[in-house]
Amino acid sequence: MDISRIFAIAISMVFINNFILSKFLGLCPFLGVSKESKSALSMGFAVIFVMTSSALITWLIYDFVLLPFNMGYLRTIVFILVIASFVQFIEMVIRKSSPPLYKALGIYLPLITTNCAVLGVTILNVDNFFPGSSALPGSFVYSIFQAFFAGVGFMLALILMSGIRERLELADVPESLQGIPIAFVVASLMSLAFMGFSGFKF
Amino acid sequence: MNILIPVLTLTGLGLAFGVGLAIAAKKFCVVTDPRIEKIFKKLPGANCGACGMPGCMGFAEGLIRGKCSVQQCVVAKEEARREIAAILGVEEKEKVKATAVLHCNGGKARVKDRFDYRGPQECIAANLVMGGGLKECVYGCIGYGTCSPICPFGAITMSQEALPVVDMEKCKACNKCVLACPKKLFTLVPVKQNVFVACSSHDSGKDTKAACPVGCIACGLCEKACQFDAIHVIDNLAIIDYNKCTSCAECVKVCPMKTIQVRKGRAG
Repeated sequence: MDISRIFAIAISMVFINNFILSKFLGLCPFLGVSKESKSALSMGFAVIFVMTSSALITWLIYDFVLLPFNMGYLRTIVFILVIASFVQFIEMVIRKSSPPLYKALGIYLPLITTNCAVLGVTILNVDNFFPGSSALPGSFVYSIFQAFFAGVGFMLALILMSGIRERLELADVPESLQGIPIAFVVASLMSLAFMGFSGFKF
Repeated sequence: MNILIPVLTLTGLGLAFGVGLAIAAKKFCVVTDPRIEKIFKKLPGANCGACGMPGCMGFAEGLIRGKCSVQQCVVAKEEARREIAAILGVEEKEKVKATAVLHCNGGKARVKDRFDYRGPQECIAANLVMGGGLKECVYGCIGYGTCSPICPFGAITMSQEALPVVDMEKCKACNKCVLACPKKLFTLVPVKQNVFVACSSHDSGKDTKAACPVGCIACGLCEKACQFDAIHVIDNLAIIDYNKCTSCAECVKVCPMKTIQVRKGRAG
C-alpha cells in the first residue's frame, strides 16, 4: 500500500474528478436534497457509507465471481443487483439495531440504492484496478479509498450547494427562474469553478 | 453451451440475494405497536415539534416507549389528551400553559434606522447586514415580521409600530418564533406570570437611552423595589426569575423607562 497513491486518489476524487461537479453523476440527489444544510450533511454521510461498502462488495464479486466465469461484460447488471440488495439489507439491519441512526441515515438509503454515482464509482474501480483480467496488487484497499473519497467529494458538493441555496431563498430571483432553474444555474457555475482543478480541455 | 454459465451464475446470484433478503426481512423485522397509529390519529397532526420529537408520529412512538408524557404536547386539546392517556393507561395531569413574549418595545417610531436598507424584507436577511440589522439598537426588533408567517397557529400579527403582537389565546407555546427570531427576542413565559421586561439590550444605560426611549437603562430601581429577590440587572439588562416572581408589579411602578410591563389580555 502506498500512502502517496491514496493521497493522489483523495485529491483526484474530491476535487479534480468530483462526481457531481466534474463527472455529472448523481445530479438527482444533488438537486433534491440540497435545500437544507442539515439534510445535505446526513445525505452526504449516507452516500459515503453506501459508496464505500458497495466498492468493497463489488470488488469481491468482480474478482471472485465475474472474472473466473469470464463474464466481465455483465458487470453493470450484476453490480446493480448486488448494490441494491446490499443496501436493502443494511437498511433492515440499521432499522432493527439502531433507530437513531436509522432516523439520521435510513430515510436517505432507498434514495441512493442504485444511484448512478454509486454505480459509477464501482465501474470506475473496475476500470482502474482490473487492467486485462486480473486485479492489481493492493487494489482492494485502493478501490475502497477511491469510493470513500468519491463520497467525500459528493458530500462537499452537496454541502456547498445547500449553503448557497439557503441564501438563495432570500434573494430576489426572477419568477421564471425560481426553484430548480436557478439551482441548475448555480450548479453549472460551481461546476465551472471545479473545472479549474483539471483545466479546460477542448 | 457457453451461454448457460452467465445465465446460471446470474440466476444463482439473484436467488441467493432474494432468499437472503427474505430471511433478513423475517429476522430483522420491526414490530410496530398498533397503539402508535391510534394515538397518532388523536394528535393534532400539526407536526410543530414543540414536544421535542420529530413530528406527531415521533411523539406517538415516544409515548409508547415511555420517553415522553402526554403533557409535552402543548397543542392537543384537553379532551384528546385524556383519550390518549386512556389508550396508554396513564393518568393525565394539568399542563402549565405558557405563551411567547416579545422582549422589545422599540417600534418604528421609537428607534430610528441606521441606514436605508433595500435588501429582502426579511429579518434573517436584514440581520446579516452591517453587523446586525438596520436599527440604532442592535438588540431590538427588526420589524420585518419573519416570526408572523412562521407561527403555525396564526398567533403573531405585526402592529402599526412594526412590532409582533402575540395573541395569548392562540399561542400554543410551540417555540417556533423563539427559534426563528434572529435577535432571540421571544421567550416562553407561563400564562400566570404577568410581568415581563420589554427590552433585550445589553448596551450600557447611556447607549441604550440614546438609541431607544423605552429601553432598559440598567438603573437597578426594580432590583430595590422587588421584595422577592426575583429581578436582577445582569449585564445591563433587567432579568426576571419566574420561579420567584409573584406578579406583584412593584417593579413596573418604579421603572423610569416603562420598560417593565404587565402583559395585556390576561388569559385564564
